[in-house]
Amino acid sequence: MNKLSIKLTLLTFWTILLLASCSKEDSPVPEFEEKNLAPFSVEFDNIVGDRTLSFNNSATPYINAKGEAFTISMLQYYISNIKLATADGKTYAVKQDDSYFLIKSADKATRFAKVNVPEGDYTRLTFTLGVDSLRSTMGIDKRTGVLDPASNGDHDNGGMYWGWNSGYIFFRFEGNSNVISDDVNGDPTGKKQFKYHIGGFGGYSAPTINNIKTITIDLTSAGIAKVRKDRQSNVHLFVDAMKVFNGSNSFKIADHPNVMFSDYSVNIANNLSQMFKHDHTEN
Amino acid sequence: MSKKHWIIIICISLFVVACKKSDIIQEEIDTFLGFQKPANFPETSYNFAANPVTKPGFELGRALFYEARLSRNNTISCGSCHIQSSAFTQHGHDVSHGIDDRLGTRNSPPIMNLAWNKAFMWGGGVYDLDLQPIVPITAHEEMDETLENVFKKLRLLPKYNALFKSAFGSDEINTSRFMKALSQFMVMCVSSNSKYDKVMRKEGNTSFTQAELNGYNIFKEKCGSCHKEPLFTDGTFRNNGLSLSPVKDQGLYTATLLTSDRYKFKVPSLRNLKYTAPFMHDGRFLTLDAVLAHYSSQVQHLENLDPILNQNGKLGIDISAEEKTNLIAFLATLNDETFINNSSLAEQ
Repeated sequence: MNKLSIKLTLLTFWTILLLASCSKEDSPVPEFEEKNLAPFSVEFDNIVGDRTLSFNNSATPYINAKGEAFTISMLQYYISNIKLATADGKTYAVKQDDSYFLIKSADKATRFAKVNVPEGDYTRLTFTLGVDSLRSTMGIDKRTGVLDPASNGDHDNGGMYWGWNSGYIFFRFEGNSNVISDDVNGDPTGKKQFKYHIGGFGGYSAPTINNIKTITIDLTSAGIAKVRKDRQSNVHLFVDAMKVFNGSNSFKIADHPNVMFSDYSVNIANNLSQMFKHDHTEN
Repeated sequence: MSKKHWIIIICISLFVVACKKSDIIQEEIDTFLGFQKPANFPETSYNFAANPVTKPGFELGRALFYEARLSRNNTISCGSCHIQSSAFTQHGHDVSHGIDDRLGTRNSPPIMNLAWNKAFMWGGGVYDLDLQPIVPITAHEEMDETLENVFKKLRLLPKYNALFKSAFGSDEINTSRFMKALSQFMVMCVSSNSKYDKVMRKEGNTSFTQAELNGYNIFKEKCGSCHKEPLFTDGTFRNNGLSLSPVKDQGLYTATLLTSDRYKFKVPSLRNLKYTAPFMHDGRFLTLDAVLAHYSSQVQHLENLDPILNQNGKLGIDISAEEKTNLIAFLATLNDETFINNSSLAEQ
């Protein structure tokens, strides 16, 4: 082999390599096929304003829009009914039984909602914050995994089920703030604790408060999800707990240190739908 | 073969046949009939298709119902506050008396004819019998335990390994199986053999006395719209004009947050009143006389008072002394001794 042919061979080799790597980037979008499933995940990365989430950091507490310093001891919420849509309007809803996740900020492993969806390029993500009303009224057989009333501990330790008023706590957020009074309007135990247990699926028969929130996220600006069998497409969301206080229904912790099943919970639930921001997508 | 042989063979065959026959009779006695809807009762509400009552399922449910390990310190079972001899209520207690001598805020309701119930608790909030036991198990004043911990305790006992295996095919203990077994026991607590039922079903020559019959007619006129026959409740929630309790229990409102539900409580059945005193959601009335005195002269005009109790500008129900006597005679026909003495519902 002369020098030229070696050079040519090398050139060809590099070209092929280049083409091959290009082809990965520009691989044609696979035909949308309901049964051609590939892994997809949504990552719920909990933050607090412009800081990461850490627990009980009383030396450097967080400060809300009303100027109240607070720390966080618990943050957990249900994510369900994940749906994706392509730019040309094809949609896919993850099989219901596989579409319930409990994101517990104390357990890093729970930050991913991992599902399987058809291969494709998706531009829109939709999910429910909470547990849909249909599942909330289903029989005991359908309440398994994270929906099992026996799982997740008791009411004082991360439990997410209201026995006395059959239904799930969609969003549970607890912490401490010195602004909380020691009387019955605050925390009579003197621990200066705030507790937000937001639930309410609309009632079994008569309509009651409905705090189920559907979150829709446009993926086009921060990166569409290219779901293929040979990789893990992951939509990375920032979930800003500060929005509980600083959302459009901004409030003082001192005024509402405990909100559970009450009319005021509707205001907080509206803030919750503003927590989710698409940061980037890993394809 | 000789004649003697034949006689012996025939005798043995006869003996075998006789044995078989008595075996069949014995089997019939032992056969578990499952849930049987009484002839004079309406269709049930419980979803039996998802949880058919079987003998082992019922027996497991019964064991769980009387199992004190369902409470934090293994002292309180379901049967502690739902005592069979009191028609599965806690006789003599105005409000339920739970773990560590803690007191609840409401009167322990009967475990009776629950297959016809659409809503549970005096103030609603639970609409599926399979989800009901979570409430007393986790309530601070009742059993103060977690389901997870109950399952842990039960898994250590060979008795429950065997019972779960025969009821559900394997010894796995999970929420669904646990709740379904309890439901199987509870739906079997059917009270349908009172004198009233026998009269209605025309069993034997049972008939009302004159006083009972008079009482029945007064009942139909003045009580029957809410305490609907034959269950003696229409299953609705109503404000019956009780004055506010010291704990200001808001009833159904707590579960729905609808102002139109404030101070409404579930209409209780009138069956087995002989065994279930005291009466009302907080057990404030010790006798039926006190209850009738309330309806005839003590009804309070609170928010959401049931319109039936406020007609033509007059509060309460007009009941004369004689009518009260007859009503009480009729109500006594709703007591069901076979229910409180049914040995299959007792702790074994």
